[in-house]
Amino acid sequence: MTDALAKRVADPRAVLSATADHSEGMSYLQTLPRRLVTLYLPLSIILLVLLFPFYWMALTSIKPDDQLLDMERVNPFWTTAPTLKHFYSLLFQTNYPLWLWNTMFVAIGATILSIIASVLAAYAIVRLRYRGAAWVGGAIFLAYLVPPSILFIPLSTVVFQYGLFDSPFALILTYPTILIPFSTWLLMGYFKTIPFELEECALIDGASRWQILMRIVLPLAIPGLISAFIFCFTLCWNEFIYALTFLSTTAHKTVPVAIVNEFVDGDIYRWGSLMAGALAGSLPLVVLYAFFVEHYVSAMTGAVKE
Amino acid sequence: MADIALKSSGRTALREPTAWGRLKTNNNWLSIWFMLPAAAFLILFLAYPLGLGVWLSFTDAKIGRGGEFIGIENYEWLWDDSIFWLSVFNTLLYTTVASAIKFAVGLYLALLLNENLPFKAILRAVVLIPFIVPTVLSAIAFWWIYDSQFSIVSWTLRHLGLISSNVDFLGDVWNARWSVIFANIWRGVPFVAITLLAGLQTVSPSLYEAATIDGASAWQRFRYITYPLLTPIIAVVMTFSVLFTFTDFQLIWVLTRGGPVNATQLMATLSYQRAIIAGQLGEGAAISTAMIPFLLAAILISWFGLQRRKWQQGESND
Repeated sequence: MTDALAKRVADPRAVLSATADHSEGMSYLQTLPRRLVTLYLPLSIILLVLLFPFYWMALTSIKPDDQLLDMERVNPFWTTAPTLKHFYSLLFQTNYPLWLWNTMFVAIGATILSIIASVLAAYAIVRLRYRGAAWVGGAIFLAYLVPPSILFIPLSTVVFQYGLFDSPFALILTYPTILIPFSTWLLMGYFKTIPFELEECALIDGASRWQILMRIVLPLAIPGLISAFIFCFTLCWNEFIYALTFLSTTAHKTVPVAIVNEFVDGDIYRWGSLMAGALAGSLPLVVLYAFFVEHYVSAMTGAVKE
Repeated sequence: MADIALKSSGRTALREPTAWGRLKTNNNWLSIWFMLPAAAFLILFLAYPLGLGVWLSFTDAKIGRGGEFIGIENYEWLWDDSIFWLSVFNTLLYTTVASAIKFAVGLYLALLLNENLPFKAILRAVVLIPFIVPTVLSAIAFWWIYDSQFSIVSWTLRHLGLISSNVDFLGDVWNARWSVIFANIWRGVPFVAITLLAGLQTVSPSLYEAATIDGASAWQRFRYITYPLLTPIIAVVMTFSVLFTFTDFQLIWVLTRGGPVNATQLMATLSYQRAIIAGQLGEGAAISTAMIPFLLAAILISWFGLQRRKWQQGESND
């Protein structure tokens, strides 16, 4: 079971396209009307529920204000006068581009730091097999299970002590605690699939461990690195509680925090801009996802594989 | 034999490795350097704060001032605090209901997606989108959907003639609870479904064929083939799901901030309100620390799930 699963994880394309599975199986035994009721109908209902909030978000962000608040004269499910006004005010009348930049900067910085640390740690645990390696592997898995919501209070005092409060480095240095355990486990799985013999050959040829890692292991683990990278990036983009606690200046905030805190004028919520902001904040991730679907799936299934 | 070995080593032309050379190839020594960056992050920003959190819960620390040790006073205070117990109740309700439904719907969706479908790859990719989009941003969409005046759900129900006035989704105690639970399920189902789907695809179809020939019904095929083979991955997925639901913060913070009258106050949001907004770090830390026993229970369940997998396979698995 696990071996087959490991293969599946190593070949994530199969999870999505299922070229390798046998799902045609016995479906020919079912008639079309039966399949309509037992398969297509429930599937479309679930898909409709899963996707409706995005449709609603997109529709709201292009509706003019008067149609947003008047649901009696016009059908709310459609708009006849789409407008880019909300996006315009978002980009030119708020700090939104700055917040996007902050989020991007923090996400890329934290991801790169975590990947470097995880590659080294995963390689040492899997291949150097030092004394206590298995124990350390277990400890890192446990670290994965420590949620940010029980850490943010003591971390806020730590961040304050280190003089990092209200700086992007507070996030760049704390996000790796979420990312390193995850990506170390993911990369350990990948490194295990690389034949040991390759490294032995290199050792006999006089390569140092560092050269082996850089020239042999990493090039072979590129799919794993991409998975770890985009998944970490997504996690950073998604992170909220640290950003909410450790940043106070509006100009330093990341998109999720800024949207929640800065888009309320008194008691009036600017729904159009709010939705435009949410949509624009999600788009980078959705685009990334569209390009790397297989890597996402492999990262997700890899995380629960062990 | 031993003599020869000794002699030849004495006369060897190879030069003795220097202490530095030996150290360079010593795995334990190398490993220290390889582990250093990860260990530094995890100790400075994870292990140390975790310990500090427990310590803070025994002090009367406030924002901007270190605390004195006050023993278990914070816990005694919480013990008599009805809002704290309400938040424990809310957290348990939220976790149990949301996790159970996420599991049921996720498994159902995984079974549906495992069928032979047109546009299979695209369908499966689309299902995962709610998981990709940052929680806060999709929560904002739900905030708008749950709006008391302009909710599209109320509008639809009203025009279908099912209700006469708008539903107050986030203003009423139980409505608010079910609304946040629904949003949590919406966000969690794709993760459960796609990971279980990966597990489902490892089940050999010949098992189903054999069972069908033996006259097994669809339910029997699920109960006696699919479910036992999926158990290990279900254990792991559900542990993660329970863990992240239990410690959820962002969804609640965006939708209700714990209101109305603390009806959706989870332990995580309560600790944020007490520690950061009210400045009572010690009390907030005590609430966070009180979450740890629950998390340990979840981790132990996961551990036993993994043990069971090894036992089922009859061997260790790497």
